[in-house]
Amino acid sequence: MIVCDIFNYHMSIDLKTIKHISKLSRISVDEKKAEKLAGDLNSIFEFIEKLNELKTDNVQPLTSVAETTLKLRDDEVKSKNLREQIIKNSPQENEDYFVVPKVIE
Amino acid sequence: MSDITKQSLSELIKNIKDKKLSSTEVTKAFVERSENSKDLNAYVTEDFSAAIDKAKKFDENPNLDLKLPGIPMAVKDLFCTKNVKTTAGSKILNNFIPTYESTVTQNIWNEGAILLGKLNCDEFAMGSSNETSFFGCVQNPIDKDLVPGGSSGGSSSAVAAQLTPITIGTDTGGSIRQPASFTGIVGLKPTYGSCSRYGIVAFASSLDQAGPMAQNVRDCALLHEVISSYDEKDSTSIDFKRNNYVKELTNNIKGKKIGIPKEYRVDAMPKEIEDLWKKGIDYVKDCGAEIIDISLPHTNYALPTYYIVAPAEASSNLARYDGVKYGFRANGENLIDMYEKTRSEGFGAEVQRRIMIGTYVLSSGYYDAYYLKAQKVRKLIKNDFDEAYKKVDAILTPSTPSSAFKIGEKTNDPVSMYLNDIFTVPVNLAGLPGISIPAGHDAKGYPLGLQIIGKAFDEQNILNIAYAMEEKINFKNKITDWWIK
Repeated sequence: MIVCDIFNYHMSIDLKTIKHISKLSRISVDEKKAEKLAGDLNSIFEFIEKLNELKTDNVQPLTSVAETTLKLRDDEVKSKNLREQIIKNSPQENEDYFVVPKVIE
Repeated sequence: MSDITKQSLSELIKNIKDKKLSSTEVTKAFVERSENSKDLNAYVTEDFSAAIDKAKKFDENPNLDLKLPGIPMAVKDLFCTKNVKTTAGSKILNNFIPTYESTVTQNIWNEGAILLGKLNCDEFAMGSSNETSFFGCVQNPIDKDLVPGGSSGGSSSAVAAQLTPITIGTDTGGSIRQPASFTGIVGLKPTYGSCSRYGIVAFASSLDQAGPMAQNVRDCALLHEVISSYDEKDSTSIDFKRNNYVKELTNNIKGKKIGIPKEYRVDAMPKEIEDLWKKGIDYVKDCGAEIIDISLPHTNYALPTYYIVAPAEASSNLARYDGVKYGFRANGENLIDMYEKTRSEGFGAEVQRRIMIGTYVLSSGYYDAYYLKAQKVRKLIKNDFDEAYKKVDAILTPSTPSSAFKIGEKTNDPVSMYLNDIFTVPVNLAGLPGISIPAGHDAKGYPLGLQIIGKAFDEQNILNIAYAMEEKINFKNKITDWWIK
């Protein structure tokens, strides 16, 4: 856990962290790219850490800029028979299915 | 009429209504100029022959009661257009042909306009210079090798170069106002919830808004009137009474209270920008408005907040690009390998960077320190505006901290690129409307813009202030057609 009320606290993002984030975001990263990303992300996070100057313990987080309540609608099916349209842009399909590399041996 | 493309939207509409010009003549003129302007790289997809066909069809039985009768226009390639390729400036969508139409573009076609093509933009609208597009940089018609701003860079370039009379862009942190400022045109980011997000390729859903870009304020007001609508397909669309923005447009802003936020006097702001701002203050005073000094104390925290909130939302939105349902797919040894290669090869460097930032700030153990913290600061930023609007009707600031820069100048330094949006980002975080109007030139002759920020849903008021100022400023864009051989 990060202690966030320390001024200019900055945790450096190392290569191990980059590998971890790359795994979470499903983006493959080689050594060279990981090093470049670590450099970029560190400079961006250095800039982001400025927020730690602010005390926000008693502030409610903003969840929506609109001060109106969102409209509700009836739960009705409005579009039907879209199968063809949905499949149309898939890189590989087999009639009614999206095709992916084998997942079960 | 050889100068068709030089006419404003309002002039074109009048000439079509008076039967002095046909839609076919107008469409052909813009197609021809667009074809001669390929060096600007403003278009990703051209739909010229279909446009001419549609114009001919319009002329056979013209409905002159429509708001955009037979008017050709190109749109940012972030709006899904049925049966016309929509790429969002990305390799990962390079083969994507939507089977449906975005609400905003549908509203435009319903009023009689005709699609010319799709305009270049930063990949997934992530950028401030159009340099992150998979389809290459766009040239600013103001000068060679100058960026047109971003992310709506193809849009700003195309309007300034008169390849389209008007266009629409999207604005998540400044993507309409900053490119408008860099190219000497007008750009409006509406209140969040004013224009439907249905069918717009998502970047950061709590910040994204579509908006008009035009050569003058009146044209901008007209296009805004067309695109702004309540839409039940977008759950954040807001059902409020929309104005007749053109009919109600007035240059009478006597007695309006205009706030000048002291925190926008940032360190190292070029003198030219400071002078422009002072000039702007004089213009609104001349119009009979009252100037009031205000404070928006959390301004300096807006960019760091934005660079947590926007990437966090982007990392969730872009999770859908998995090589399965649509878009590019790379071959992999197994499913996970296929996902990872698809995303690594399909997304460009800036998009990957932002997905990584977003994933990190949302990941276990860091969520409170980054994402929750940013949402709290976002609240403080919104509170600042709420406080200010107890005293003023609108706020006047520069649009950008500098004029347009050269292609390649800032690509290696993401933070310096992000600083471009310092004056525009707070407006998105608070969900407010903002308009950028061209207000002068710097020493190099490059355009500079001023921004007017309004209260939520008060687009009419900022359009009126912009309209009054436009008359005083009497800005002339310096376009030399250098790219036409």
